[in-house]
Amino acid sequence: MKTDTSAVDIDRNKGDFFYPEAHVRDAGVGLSEQTVHYIADVKEDPDWVREYRLRGLKTFLEKPLPTHWASKDLEAIDFGKIRYYLSPGTEPKRSWEEVPDDIKRTFERLGIPEQERKFLAGVEAQFDSEAVYSNIKKAVGEQGVIFVGSREGLKNYPEIFRKWFGKVIPIADNKFSALNSAVFSGGSFIYVPPGVKVKHPLQAYFRINAENFGQFERTLIIADEGSEVTYMEGCTAPKFNTPTLHSAVVELVALKGAKIQYITVQNWASNVFNLVTKRGLAQENAEVKWIDCNIGSRLTMKYPSVIMKGRKARGEVLSIALANDGQHQDTGAKMIHAADETTSNIISKSISIGKGRATYRGLVHVPKHLKHCKNNTECDALLINSTSRTDTYPAITVRGTGNAVQHEASVSQVSAEQIFYMQQRGLSEAQAMSLSVNGFVNDLVRQFPMEYSVELKRLIELEMEGSVG
Amino acid sequence: MNELNIENLHIAVGGQEIVRGLTLRVPRGEVHALMGPNGSGKSTLAKVLAGHPDYQVIAGKVLMDGENLLELEPDERARRGLFMAFQYPSEIPGVTIANFLRAALQSRVPEGEELEATDYYAKLYEKMELLGMDRSFTSRAVNEGFSGGEKKRAEILQLAMLEPKYAVLDEADSGLDIDALKTVAHGVNSLRGPDLGILLITHYQRLLNYIVPDHVHVMVGGRIVRSGRKELALELEERGYDWAREGAVEPVYTR
Repeated sequence: MKTDTSAVDIDRNKGDFFYPEAHVRDAGVGLSEQTVHYIADVKEDPDWVREYRLRGLKTFLEKPLPTHWASKDLEAIDFGKIRYYLSPGTEPKRSWEEVPDDIKRTFERLGIPEQERKFLAGVEAQFDSEAVYSNIKKAVGEQGVIFVGSREGLKNYPEIFRKWFGKVIPIADNKFSALNSAVFSGGSFIYVPPGVKVKHPLQAYFRINAENFGQFERTLIIADEGSEVTYMEGCTAPKFNTPTLHSAVVELVALKGAKIQYITVQNWASNVFNLVTKRGLAQENAEVKWIDCNIGSRLTMKYPSVIMKGRKARGEVLSIALANDGQHQDTGAKMIHAADETTSNIISKSISIGKGRATYRGLVHVPKHLKHCKNNTECDALLINSTSRTDTYPAITVRGTGNAVQHEASVSQVSAEQIFYMQQRGLSEAQAMSLSVNGFVNDLVRQFPMEYSVELKRLIELEMEGSVG
Repeated sequence: MNELNIENLHIAVGGQEIVRGLTLRVPRGEVHALMGPNGSGKSTLAKVLAGHPDYQVIAGKVLMDGENLLELEPDERARRGLFMAFQYPSEIPGVTIANFLRAALQSRVPEGEELEATDYYAKLYEKMELLGMDRSFTSRAVNEGFSGGEKKRAEILQLAMLEPKYAVLDEADSGLDIDALKTVAHGVNSLRGPDLGILLITHYQRLLNYIVPDHVHVMVGGRIVRSGRKELALELEERGYDWAREGAVEPVYTR
């Protein structure tokens, strides 16, 4: 196994690691109707879900890759060599001694508890987050909140599940949403009853750790009228024990007056294709807010969206992307205004290090018949080295009268003078760099929950250490 | 031994020799003023002392308490006790003065040790009081949107917090009105003492009315042409740099 110089980027030889053969719950390599039936059998899906999966497969196979506008790198994915389903207990086994030192160091620096380190490093298939999860589940359960895995949601709450599943993101939305529709497993199902305001954020971290990291996870969150919920996905620990293709679908439904805040912090290994579809529907006076941090991966394509369907609905996307050497963060946001007096806000910050590339791709759509809609878009890019790259592709279509949009973009570079100034105060070059980067994202990070902002800061420091010298 | 010792220093930038055989000693506890017209090489000297990568030392040496300064990285020099107040300090967007100074001090404690937050803020507020600065200042991003006077005061605050052995103040008075000048001078004077050697680089004599130096050196054409006590500054003010140039041991050519 080869390890990168950077502390967090682990080249895992393109994900080619050993799986013990002949496991009962292994769908094998490649994708066919048989694979889909296999998954449906294992999951004991009802017929409508099996049908849904098959339609997903058909659409996936029919749709071309979006390489006319997207990175050609997508063509490097060999769909015939991917395992589409692995149930818990089939992860590769290794001992703690085999875990690379820099990964151990990273865990230490990020302050990850001993017990979790082993799990994250793939030494233990599971760690004991069951207890934490069941406590959360119990606490919110008293308010009538449902917080379960997608499979359990489908089994135990079929009426709510079926009503909204696949409604925000249809199968044919894009090739990868179709793929997810065919082979999805894992992910969360959340329902918040009318008027219930969930005090503490619901953390997928504990729930998912109690099961298994999902490769094709499927999350559905429904906030009923006047309710409020915050959901947190992922953690800053490097996920180096993951397959090379991660393709999730996340659907949010905020009914009249409801508020959903969805927070993601992910730190992928540098061989991962992270192709995720995330979209929220906001009814009258409802609010959907995405906070999205993308670190690592070979290619991430992710554009959290909000469809503002009811009057006075609000949509917001705050995102940070960090593209290190050999990485491409193609991220952004989509705001679809579909009712009067809807407002949306996009703030995107990207950092490109070394030969890293960050792309902002945004869509703001306000049709002609609407009145008094507002959008504000700010996207700022920071380039660390002269080889770093950033691109911005904003698509704004605003028709009609009385609608207001505002778009600001900036590109800045950490200057040699700035670094020298900081060095003169005693900071090393790497410390100076990471302080600059932290300053750059500071106003955005301040809006994050405390624990995430602290983790992010440490993570940026680690990324910068690997990029200097 | 306790001195900043510059010996026969030659510096080039972009292939052109700017400093040509400069020798200067600043013992700890003394304030030395270095005066000279534009282009005489004063700021170049300051940058080289701090270790700016764009400048090339052709010959000569610089010792700080006997240690070869020129071999060290800029941050290493800083941590060992060299401070430079910049003529044009950089902005660091999004990083507050409090966080910046904390990071700078943190870089001086041994690895694995954490700066005590309460001690740090107590010290910060004490120094700010000493310099007559408002506490709200610390929550502003470093130099971002600062007036000329605020920038200079921020530099002096950093000097006070980092407690170096030697400080090079590059044009600490440029662009200041008389009130701001007095504030900066008051700050520097309150930091004077047996543990700090100061090299005060200035174009004008004006600053020296408020920070009275122990010694004055006049730099023309890349080297020191006259040295004397504080009275030299007044004489220079009266007679001009041409007079200083005439006093040189050997002919000096300005560029």
